[in-house]
Amino acid sequence: MTMPVAVTAEPFRLSMLIYDTRYRSITIQIIALVATLTFFGWIVSNTLANLAALGKTFDFGFLQQRAGYDINQALIPYTNDSTHGRAALVGIVNTLLVAVLGCITATIIGVLVGVLRLSSNWLVARLATVYVETFRNVPVLLWILALMAVITDLFPAPAAFRGDNATAAMMANGTVAITNRGAYIPWPVFGTGWQAVAIVFLLSIASAWAFGRYAHARQVATGRTLPTFWIKLALIVLPALIVDWLVGAISFQVPELKRFNFEGGGFIDKSLIALWFALALYTGAFIAEIVRGGIQAIARGQSEAAAALGIRPGRIMSLVILPQALRVIIPPLISQFLNLTKNSSLAIVVGYADVRATLGGITMNQTGRELECMILMMGFYLLISLAISTVMNVYNASVAMKER
Amino acid sequence: MHKGILLGAFAGMALAAGAASAGTLDDVKARGTLKCGVNAGLAGFAAPDASGRWEGFDVAYCRALAAAVLGDAEKVEFTPTTTETRFTALVSGEIDVLARNSTWTFTRDVDLKLDFIGVNYYDGQGFMVSKDLGVTSAKELDGATVCIQTGTTTELNLADFFKTNGMTYQPVPIQTEAEARQQFLGGACDAYTTDASGLAAARSGYPNPENYIILPEIISKEPLGPVVRHGDNQWADIGRWTFNALVSAEELGVTKANLDEMKGSQNPEIRRLLGVEGSLGKMFGLNDDWAYNAIKAGGNYGEIFAATIGEGTPSNLARGLNGQWTDGGLLYSPPFR
Repeated sequence: MTMPVAVTAEPFRLSMLIYDTRYRSITIQIIALVATLTFFGWIVSNTLANLAALGKTFDFGFLQQRAGYDINQALIPYTNDSTHGRAALVGIVNTLLVAVLGCITATIIGVLVGVLRLSSNWLVARLATVYVETFRNVPVLLWILALMAVITDLFPAPAAFRGDNATAAMMANGTVAITNRGAYIPWPVFGTGWQAVAIVFLLSIASAWAFGRYAHARQVATGRTLPTFWIKLALIVLPALIVDWLVGAISFQVPELKRFNFEGGGFIDKSLIALWFALALYTGAFIAEIVRGGIQAIARGQSEAAAALGIRPGRIMSLVILPQALRVIIPPLISQFLNLTKNSSLAIVVGYADVRATLGGITMNQTGRELECMILMMGFYLLISLAISTVMNVYNASVAMKER
Repeated sequence: MHKGILLGAFAGMALAAGAASAGTLDDVKARGTLKCGVNAGLAGFAAPDASGRWEGFDVAYCRALAAAVLGDAEKVEFTPTTTETRFTALVSGEIDVLARNSTWTFTRDVDLKLDFIGVNYYDGQGFMVSKDLGVTSAKELDGATVCIQTGTTTELNLADFFKTNGMTYQPVPIQTEAEARQQFLGGACDAYTTDASGLAAARSGYPNPENYIILPEIISKEPLGPVVRHGDNQWADIGRWTFNALVSAEELGVTKANLDEMKGSQNPEIRRLLGVEGSLGKMFGLNDDWAYNAIKAGGNYGEIFAATIGEGTPSNLARGLNGQWTDGGLLYSPPFR
């Protein structure tokens, strides 16, 4: 017979908050929370007190005021009568433009060079290595400045195109002028009936997509392939061209040399070109390494098995290796895209009007609202970075190994 | 994490703002050096010479102020600033005074919480073009590409000027004089616009200065002067009267050379200025020989002007508006009494 042991709850003592493992973690968390809140509270109150001491207020009213300055590249309507808020928006669009252009170009360069680095051709592989090591190991700011200097010093000024003994000539049958101010290119002018061309073009894309489905189904059923790329290209381009030729809706305006500059046509500012290619070449070097790593992560047996099945080397890469490598490549690629976008804030060194140059540069300087502008800019970069990583994560989920 | 970054930036600004509170004179005395914000390189106004020593019109003011406050003209720490960073550097307390051809405007004075302590150079915005262009007036610049220093009043004046005259232009924003030189000399812009004095100074450093002309139009008023933070009246007074001392010295004929001799002058204003009589310096916390030291540093206003940007120097600027009021200029110091 055993004596019943009375299990009485131990009375709660204060020391248990530290020595009892059941409570300890909660105690630590509460202390950490209070400390964090106190710290941030102190920072905010200190900021407000100091702003008050300087006689400065904290408000965003300046965004509604007239900006009064001109911007050299505005993709949305903007004049110096627009507001500071509008100027910030112009900067945001410019930032997005260079980020998108840069990301696409960097990806193309990166994939190409990454594959070339693994080439069995010694010279090609070494050249790719030299590119990667040179661009990766020099700060991107220097590349931006270097490209800018090259454009400024290497290409002729518009004046060189003038006169009988001109030292420079327009390219592409006299339609493109590359100067040290940027590239002047032909620009489409939409005349009456352009909608017809647009509709035909959209229909062509749809039919190309439908053809792709048909070709795929046919290949699955019969095993025979069609030259899909060329047929698709013809499907997309030819009908629109024929309609445009018939209707005469879309014409091209060619730049012409006027008193100071080429006028008419499109103009790509050299600051955009310098920034775009510097960012693309720099980030492309990192992407090349990521691509190479991704390809090397695929077991050698995969390519050997594909070769044993009689698949040609180019198709082994595009059909067997790359789809698998993408799973390894995508996650680090996200951070490269984020880096490129954030690095685009170096635009100001070449005078490209990104958001850092308009909102965080001229507007901040003219209105003296440092804190407000900084917060807005940080908010913008944070938002855009989160958006990019969300999109890329969704894409990553779609190519990831489906495990069931 | 993200919140942390945001608030961290807050904290940085808050701490910087904390350092900017009143008592600049005490800070400078305790530190033993004057922190002066200057142009990152504009020949004649502020640029390091071949041996790395800062020289120029604005630099001379910094030296005079250091001499007045600390008794030694060499106790200056020069901080090169760009047009974009200059006011932030001042307001955050990174520098004690900004002498960087900055234009005195209403919003800068009132909204940016700055105090302009005087006008050391009456200027106006002009245009410089290459002679080959065949332009003789700024009104012929329709369609031109114009290099412009970003974050300046000139940027706004330029927009206004082209708008009023119904002309268009392509701005090329630049940050420093060196960048402007590269773009302008390379032909990447047709015209370069900034204060006329700045144009003259810049041109003096070009390989073939005679190939460039400054167009006759002056499209704005640009009163340039040293700046201090708003709210520290004692420090603003010291800055203002140091400048006035240099101007008065020229008016009264006190030069670097005859400074000691002038101490024995019978003119009561000279005696008060040089601290022989009365105790003006004590009134704002300096020694009575403050103005003596300031003038000793680089001479009076006229001597500084002649040595840095005046006729005969590479900038070759005439006194013009910057002459004494007695000579038809605008310089007019309030009396020392």
